[in-house]
Amino acid sequence: MSASPPESARASASSEPLHLAVALDGAGWHPAAWREPGARPGELFTARYWSDVVTEAEAGLLDFVTFEDALALQSSSADGPDGRTDQVRGRLDAVLTAARVAPLTRHIGLVPTVTATHTEPFHISKAIATLDHVSRGRAGLSIQVSQLDHEARHFGRRAVSLPDAEAYEEAADHVEAVRRLWDSWDDDAEIRDVATGRFVDRDKLHYVDFQGRHFSVRGPSITPRPPQGQPVVSAASAAGTDTAYGLIARSTDVGYLGVRDAAGARAAVAEIRQARESAGLSAQPLHLFADLTVFLDEDARAADARRSRLDALADAPYSSDTAVFTGTPAELADLLQDWRSAGLSGFRLRPGVVAHDLPAITQGLVPELQRRGVFRRSYEADTLRGLLGLERPVGRYAAHPAA
Amino acid sequence: MSSKPLKRIHLAAHFPGVNNTTVWSDPAAGSHIDFDSFIHFAQTAERAKFDFLFLAEGLRLREQGGKIYDLDVVGRPDTFTVLAALAAVTERLGLTGTINSTFNEPYEVARQFASLDHLSEGRAAWNVVTSWDAFTGENFRRGGYLPREERYSRAKEFLATATELFDSWDGSEVVADPASGTFLRDAKAGAFTHHGQHVDIEGHFNVPRSPQGRPVIFQAGDSDEGREFAASQADAIFGRHATLDEGREFYADVKGRLPRYGRSADELKILPAATFVLGDTDAEAHEIAHEVRRLQVSGQTAIKYLEHVWNRDLSAYDPDGPLPDIDPEVGENTIALGRASVRQFSDPLDTARQWRELAEAKNLSIRELVIATTSRQTFVGSAATVAETINDLVQADAADGFILVPHITPGGLDEFADTVVPLLQERGVFRSEYEGVTLRDHLGLSTPGTGR
Repeated sequence: MSASPPESARASASSEPLHLAVALDGAGWHPAAWREPGARPGELFTARYWSDVVTEAEAGLLDFVTFEDALALQSSSADGPDGRTDQVRGRLDAVLTAARVAPLTRHIGLVPTVTATHTEPFHISKAIATLDHVSRGRAGLSIQVSQLDHEARHFGRRAVSLPDAEAYEEAADHVEAVRRLWDSWDDDAEIRDVATGRFVDRDKLHYVDFQGRHFSVRGPSITPRPPQGQPVVSAASAAGTDTAYGLIARSTDVGYLGVRDAAGARAAVAEIRQARESAGLSAQPLHLFADLTVFLDEDARAADARRSRLDALADAPYSSDTAVFTGTPAELADLLQDWRSAGLSGFRLRPGVVAHDLPAITQGLVPELQRRGVFRRSYEADTLRGLLGLERPVGRYAAHPAA
Repeated sequence: MSSKPLKRIHLAAHFPGVNNTTVWSDPAAGSHIDFDSFIHFAQTAERAKFDFLFLAEGLRLREQGGKIYDLDVVGRPDTFTVLAALAAVTERLGLTGTINSTFNEPYEVARQFASLDHLSEGRAAWNVVTSWDAFTGENFRRGGYLPREERYSRAKEFLATATELFDSWDGSEVVADPASGTFLRDAKAGAFTHHGQHVDIEGHFNVPRSPQGRPVIFQAGDSDEGREFAASQADAIFGRHATLDEGREFYADVKGRLPRYGRSADELKILPAATFVLGDTDAEAHEIAHEVRRLQVSGQTAIKYLEHVWNRDLSAYDPDGPLPDIDPEVGENTIALGRASVRQFSDPLDTARQWRELAEAKNLSIRELVIATTSRQTFVGSAATVAETINDLVQADAADGFILVPHITPGGLDEFADTVVPLLQERGVFRSEYEGVTLRDHLGLSTPGTGR
């Protein structure tokens, strides 16, 4: 295969390096992934498994990993548990899993999924701030909206889920409250002034006074401002729906787009960019990644055969709310460079089988992208914002020096 | 001495808190937020073979007189997140988190503790606390809705619900057999329903049973209701009576309540909080202790403390002068909203009268009075004296062990680990190596069944 990228990849952004993340969920995104050789299905609820997987992602110099989560059992049905016993059921809390892995890694970003719908912004804000402290600046979160009635019944606060628009409004409010709380301590609020006996300068601690339709939060946070100032906020949009576009445009630093092809990506990017502009945020950087499930082998036929074998085990062809790629790392590199011209700055790859496709990403795709000069050869920053080229923001309440 | 076998002592380390016990002005005092401080503290406790590390919690920054209180350490990390991270840098140390049952939901808390227990291979513990105050509630969806008298009924129901969630998996469900394609043995795994006064939920819990079955449960309340709650449901008490007489009375009282619940004395460990100051000699330790007390109670701190009783702004008073001649403002305490500690002064007029008499009799200034009346260090002396005192208290059934609260972060435990622990080990009353894996093993508690 030629080492030069296809024509379409030479768009405006082609000189910028690509960003790559991996979405982690159990043994992988194919429902039969846990039955594959090396899948370690009996270890899915251990720290050992998760630290090995994230360490492998870090060895591949990836920007970050996301950890899937939900406040209900996995199910193929939106109506409740599907009663299946042939697929992975049960999972550990994503924030805790990320924190458990943090001291064992040094560079890779750690982005747990957090469900806004049923959680307290105050708790989430300090949890992610603390993840940022224990990882020394590598925390983010992927904000998720739940519209599952059975999940609502685990909390008992609401008999039924909120309508779409209202649920996303609530998530946007959640993010706003979380972000304000991160800024509620100025960076230099802790003064330890022995002469006056003051540990903090209370003028540098701020009430956030968030008032929303579903909650209000007084503040300040109990946790000092995290190392990144603002940990990275992200959200995903499934293919075939634009309900999450507003949340991505107004509230996040990274959006994951479920798209079927480059044209779909282009349309989604345009719509979100426009919404970002309408919100007056066009000056704030926003990364848009495509979500892509991948089955990778050195031989494309082997990848096809493997996916077919998995489908047979699962008794159904694999379907996804995003595009699915089956082929070689070089072919995937072609596709990424092609799609990037749609205005994407990176990709979040979902390994079909973690045990197989994650090493194929880190040991196959990554070297291929490096050869093409579009992916880092070493970590260039110690924080997730740094890896994503995002500056560390000044706190919104911090007094600005007199002009 | 009787032939009663020697009790084994349990020891734990409380990360220094956001109150005036913690001396931040000491040149040796480090960050209360940097993870390095937590690593140092936890690894010292583990090196000393302690049972567990303990984290307190407060869900709103303290205020006094409507302003954020700035004289003590301010700020702390999220409990679950820092404990999960500590599980990566320790191997056997138990990890105890204080988590509020008012401003959380059972499903979320249960999955966090079950996850922590998995991620630490069986080292999680939960100190269940309650609050009702609208002050803290301003940070949460629920707000301050809970009437004070309902806080224990919510706590009990919260814990009962969490237990039902933990028990909704019995530990045999996950088969994960690739050959047969059976991941779960039972499709009903995790099913629960709880329809109660405070909690009305149903569905499926999504974390398989953790190594300890459930986290170890701590309770901290001292009221009759709190003691009954502990006797019925807790595995351990984070207590406050660390002297011989008070400790024995509390110990006998609480352990005496256990038979009513079909429980034996061994099933509830009583672990009072305790501070300490060590010196090469007892005399030196007492000198250091006095200096530490002066650092803990500055003139400003003394005035702020007095305001808790007087429930008034006393900033115009000289801490080195006499006590105020005006009386406390009786009624609801409005000067220190959300502070549990003000509740200890049930009759402020009487407290003020007693303190004035004491100050006059001993010619004490405000600061000297506060130093004299507020908690002095529990254990003061040489390592040998402190080791003997701790052992005597445990053997006399004043406690099963202690949760030690150093006054310096993060190095305040180092000297204790290096000097007192070896003496207790020599006496054969404290472990030299961890004998088990889980926190239940360390505390001599059995792993619960699901009762199903």
